[in-house]
Amino acid sequence: MIAAIPMEHALLLSATLMALGLVGVLVRRNILFVLLSIEIMLNAAGVAFVAAGSGWNQTDGEVMFIFILAMAASEVAVGLALLFQFRKLFGTLDTRAAATMKG
Amino acid sequence: MLDLLWLVVALPLAGFAGLALLGPLLSRRAVSAVGVGSVGAAMVVALAAAWTFIERHPGHGAWVQPLWQWMHVGSLDVSLSLCLDELSLVMMLVITVVGFFIHVYSIGYMAGDEDYSRFLAYMNLFVALMLLLALADNLVALYLGWEGVGLCSYLLIGFWYRDAANGRAARKAFIVTRVGDAGLIVGLLLIFAYLGTLNIQDVLVRAPAQWAAGGALATTAAALLLAGAVGKSAQLPLQVWLPDAMAGPTPVSALIHAATMVTAGVYLIARMNGLFVLAPAVMTLVSVIGAATLVIAGFSAATQRDIKRVIAYSTISQIGYMFLALGVGAWAAGIFHVVTHAFFKSLLFLGAGVLIHAVGGEQDLFEMGGLRRALPTTFWAFLIAAGALAGLPPTGGFTSKEAIVYFASFSPQSHWLLLAAALLGVFLTGLYTFRMVFLAFMGPPRHEHPHRAPASMVWPLAVLALGCLATAALDWPADLGGRAVFSDFLDRVLPPAASLPVGQWTVPALQIAGVALSLAGIAVAWVITRPARVAGGSAAGLRRFWLAGWGFDWLYQKAVVRPLLWVVWMDRHDPVDRVYTGLARSAAAGHRAMARAQSGQIAWYALAIAAGAVIVMTIMVVLS
Repeated sequence: MIAAIPMEHALLLSATLMALGLVGVLVRRNILFVLLSIEIMLNAAGVAFVAAGSGWNQTDGEVMFIFILAMAASEVAVGLALLFQFRKLFGTLDTRAAATMKG
Repeated sequence: MLDLLWLVVALPLAGFAGLALLGPLLSRRAVSAVGVGSVGAAMVVALAAAWTFIERHPGHGAWVQPLWQWMHVGSLDVSLSLCLDELSLVMMLVITVVGFFIHVYSIGYMAGDEDYSRFLAYMNLFVALMLLLALADNLVALYLGWEGVGLCSYLLIGFWYRDAANGRAARKAFIVTRVGDAGLIVGLLLIFAYLGTLNIQDVLVRAPAQWAAGGALATTAAALLLAGAVGKSAQLPLQVWLPDAMAGPTPVSALIHAATMVTAGVYLIARMNGLFVLAPAVMTLVSVIGAATLVIAGFSAATQRDIKRVIAYSTISQIGYMFLALGVGAWAAGIFHVVTHAFFKSLLFLGAGVLIHAVGGEQDLFEMGGLRRALPTTFWAFLIAAGALAGLPPTGGFTSKEAIVYFASFSPQSHWLLLAAALLGVFLTGLYTFRMVFLAFMGPPRHEHPHRAPASMVWPLAVLALGCLATAALDWPADLGGRAVFSDFLDRVLPPAASLPVGQWTVPALQIAGVALSLAGIAVAWVITRPARVAGGSAAGLRRFWLAGWGFDWLYQKAVVRPLLWVVWMDRHDPVDRVYTGLARSAAAGHRAMARAQSGQIAWYALAIAAGAVIVMTIMVVLS
């Protein structure tokens, strides 16, 4: 058993990842990078779950992480399909092109 | 068989539902089968029910078929029931039999119309509601039918809605009849408030028990019902809508504006006879309105150029006869005139439809002429109907008109002025009827090749012409070797007519006078329609006044419509309206503000979600 990592460190890592992902979603214009940023945010949530699970000696955190992995895999499948359609429809990967629902 | 009475109303209603829902999907042939078949089936059921009813021993009274409870609030108990008695049976047979043949006719007449299924759907709805009006045993159900037929009349007058004039005519008919209907609904409320029931039989039992004859309540109630009847039956002063109602297709004029709906007022008065007997003043008013209307409309009919308007004014005039009959206590004679009128007047309208069809849509009598040889069946049928309208033997019209003249002479409620109006009306009827016949059929032919009507339009004419003659067999004056089958049948439900002193010569003398006056009118018509005189037919002076229907339209335009429009114009910035326009404006402003947030930029949406999540979590942390 390696020395336990303090929970604060793990949560700090998680928060940093989440912030990085969010900034990526907000500022990136290429839809592929938006998807990547979403993946980072999912992983941030996963780190927080695992850290909490090991900190309180509950396996629930690890179980939730497995769920997140499965969800992320399916989300990527859908997201990439959307990306292809996006490219086909607008001829670009720039999210600003998809402003046709402007009120 | 009587248990199937509900089918009489339900079948045309089902026809309407079927055509309204599936009409555009069906082929033309299927539409005809549904639309005409439903009324035909209703006619068969009605005839069977009538046969069973007559077979029973007389004196059993009315036969009531309860359908379901409609509403029950406090002491108001309205159940929907059908009531078959002698009076409603007669109306039911007229509606289904005449209605069926008019439906058959419209197969040919409306053959080229793109909205054929819509037409038959409205017609079926009309038949169903008219039957409900006739068979209702409750004033609320009667009122439902009453307003329903008004709606169908509106829909069918404005059937060719692409022409704005038709829409105007439809609105006029609807609004003018509503003036009378407002009186009717107040009358119903009054009856309910004081008698505590709206069941017709109960009202007729309780009214004489609780209300003094000639008292204020009975008079007011009867006068309010009369207002409804006057509006629906196009009597003075609400007669202005009927001539304009001719904008509808001709089968509509025949069914609604001649045979059935416009006689609903007569039916209402006869139905509520017990109430009207309590109000002698209103009875006098009924006969005066009838007499005045029949003369005024007679003069107008004699000057019209449009064949359908001639018949429309003639209808107003003949319903005036019915009102006159009811007013002087000749109940059975009035209803018998409803029956004979339904046959000969619908026949005249259908014949006019064939004529209009033959000359390619022209309705001006002076553009017709000489159609006798081209349309022999129509000519003979039209001639029989014209004879019945003019009251010539051996038609049913002779009996019904003679009976009315007879009661107008001898009834204690009558007055010599009423008799004079009735006799003048006989002369005018002969005049305008045969003026129309001579102008349309006699003289030199003006059209080289008139269109022949299809068989479905011709044979209903023949059947209805037979009906005009056959109604004479129901009632024929006793001095000419006849029997009063119809009157005796109806007298079981109507108040007995006063037994009048009859000398040996009075009845034949009146009959001879009636026929002679009618023939005099025909002779005058023959003279004034000679080709030499027709040529210079410009209306001037009195004739122009009569042509315009005695200026009633002008008067109402000045006295009612203009002031009303002025009030509307003055109130164009209605303060109440402002509340609602303000509501609408604030909703629109809110919409614009919210729409701005919908930028279409996905990054903004993501930011909004993240910010929202942060705010919610902050609140939760702070509050816990």
